[in-house]
Amino acid sequence: MMALLEVKDLQVRVEDREILHGLTLTVNQGEVHAIMGPNGSGKSTLSHVIAGKPGYEVTGGEILFKGEDLLAMAPDERAAKGVFLAFQYPVEIAGVATMNFLRTALNAQRKARGESEFSTPDFLRKVREVAKSLNIPQDMLKRGVNVGFSGGEKKRNEILQMALFEPSLCILDEMDSGLDIDALRIAADGVNALRSPERAMVVITHYQRLLNYIVPDFVHVMSRGRVVKSGDKELALALEASGYAQFEDAA
Amino acid sequence: MSNLFAAARDRLPGKGKVADTRQQAFEAFERAGLPHRRIEEWKYTDLRALMREVKGLAPRPDTTALARAKAALARLAIRDAARLVLVDGIFVPEFSDLAGLEAGVSVQALREVLEDAGSQAAADLLTVSATDAMISLNAAMATDGVVVGIADGAALARPLHIVHVATAGSASSFTRSQFTVGKGARATLVESFVAADGARAYQANDALVITVGDGAELSQVRLVADADDAINITSQILSVGAKAKLNLVNMTSGGAVSRLQGFITLAGQGSELAVNGVNLLKGTQHGDTTLVVDHAVPNCTSREVFRAVVDDRAHSVFQGRIIVRPDAQKTDGKMMTRALLLSDEAEADNKPELEIFADDVSCGHGATSGALDDDLLFYLRARGLPEKAAQALLIQAFVGEAIEAIADDGLREAVMAAAENWLEARV
Repeated sequence: MMALLEVKDLQVRVEDREILHGLTLTVNQGEVHAIMGPNGSGKSTLSHVIAGKPGYEVTGGEILFKGEDLLAMAPDERAAKGVFLAFQYPVEIAGVATMNFLRTALNAQRKARGESEFSTPDFLRKVREVAKSLNIPQDMLKRGVNVGFSGGEKKRNEILQMALFEPSLCILDEMDSGLDIDALRIAADGVNALRSPERAMVVITHYQRLLNYIVPDFVHVMSRGRVVKSGDKELALALEASGYAQFEDAA
Repeated sequence: MSNLFAAARDRLPGKGKVADTRQQAFEAFERAGLPHRRIEEWKYTDLRALMREVKGLAPRPDTTALARAKAALARLAIRDAARLVLVDGIFVPEFSDLAGLEAGVSVQALREVLEDAGSQAAADLLTVSATDAMISLNAAMATDGVVVGIADGAALARPLHIVHVATAGSASSFTRSQFTVGKGARATLVESFVAADGARAYQANDALVITVGDGAELSQVRLVADADDAINITSQILSVGAKAKLNLVNMTSGGAVSRLQGFITLAGQGSELAVNGVNLLKGTQHGDTTLVVDHAVPNCTSREVFRAVVDDRAHSVFQGRIIVRPDAQKTDGKMMTRALLLSDEAEADNKPELEIFADDVSCGHGATSGALDDDLLFYLRARGLPEKAAQALLIQAFVGEAIEAIADDGLREAVMAAAENWLEARV
């Protein structure tokens, strides 16, 4: 079976500094991978490069998504193919109503895939259903995208989009940052509800805490731009006890 | 240039005092000539360079021209309004909704009023407080317009819609209208500038004198959608009475060169003014909004919100001057202008000026210009929106802040639709 995501020997520069020095990662359908590592290890860079954020120069290696060259695609093409990045810091977009944004984005993805646009009643029903399960009040959907949302609300809005767009690969970038324990639990429940045999997830986190709620199949430790150790969920627990320092030298 | 007036003279309505006023106005224009960059008010819109000359008066529209105008009228998005139509500077009653006017509304063609009597009262229709070469030219050359009165206390259910249709090519039209809102009355005035198919390189010069009576409310919406190579110079002289409200929203998306110059006097205590403007410019378009808000009395409020979206090599100008007279204490006047530059060669000039002669006031201004936010664009693209669609959504939000002020749902949607058409043409 073809891997969903194959990152091979990826080397990435930002301006004059190399951030990733040959990173390799394979993710199959249905798997949940956690990527852990200290600040500055290149975790967020990896997520940005997969999603297609401008400003990163790939100097070596490749990324295949469903066997296709992901790096050759524009960010919107990647989204339409099924890549979803849940942002660490979702932006606020004043003047664009959340509902309008969700509908425009969903229909743009469907159009790119040659599918028909969602009808308004179907769309509304779907949004309401998901919003309810994530404890997102209706009036939040009427406001500008993320405008005036708390940290927890912004993260729930990301998960709402994830549920709506039904991507095959979800990358969660530091989903736990800025969340208290209750907000974290609601967000994690939302993510867990989306786990399926067809969908893979890459959970990027600094702390092991999140992995109590979203239990990964695999854990990778990043340090200085490479994956330095891979294992199962026990690895995360071991890290919690001993810290990242042991890997600093290995890199 | 003197030929211009001599050639048109026989076609300009009004004798006696009216003709004298025209003569004096033309002399004033001739002395000044077309405004140029060394005239401070016209610094960024040098008509000598942009316009070069004033073209001859457009011929009176014939049957063919009227048929083309009719086709243009059929394309107007705003339908639920009583229309008053001017074609190439001539009021056309058969295209106007005179039979459908509500009680308390009176409409007369300017031409009729000027021809009726060469009296001082008629001549006064050609005289305004503001001094400007293009206003003088308008007074000299105005062929027609509408003189609209709203009776005291009348509350109009439907907007009045003055539509300027150009059909002629390489010719000028000069229109002048008066709009008087009686005490405590409520009205909505829409103005559209459109071109019939094939109308090329025309020049429109319009002047509108509006008086909002004490306690009255006027909501005014302008849509400037002239032909790509047309020039539109509009002067508005507005006066707002005590405890009256004037809410003006202007959207310019057409024309090679356009200028809206507003001279607004808050003449009665407790009056409230809101002026919102949007310029959507591309190619080599030049769009100028110049406002002078004169707080002549105490306790008035003014708000100006201006948004410019400038693409390609287009040029947007916003000049806002707020004057606070010595006894206009407790004035609250603010203006904010923001320009969005979509290309490296796009240009936006913002010139806010405050002239404050009273000491107990709250006045302020702000001006920004910049590109679309890369982080917002990436977020939208990561959600599946192609580049132009992502830009369009952000641009809509940007101009939406200025359009939101339109209370009437249908009108607000029509203005938003005009913005969307402009955005779609970019994709």
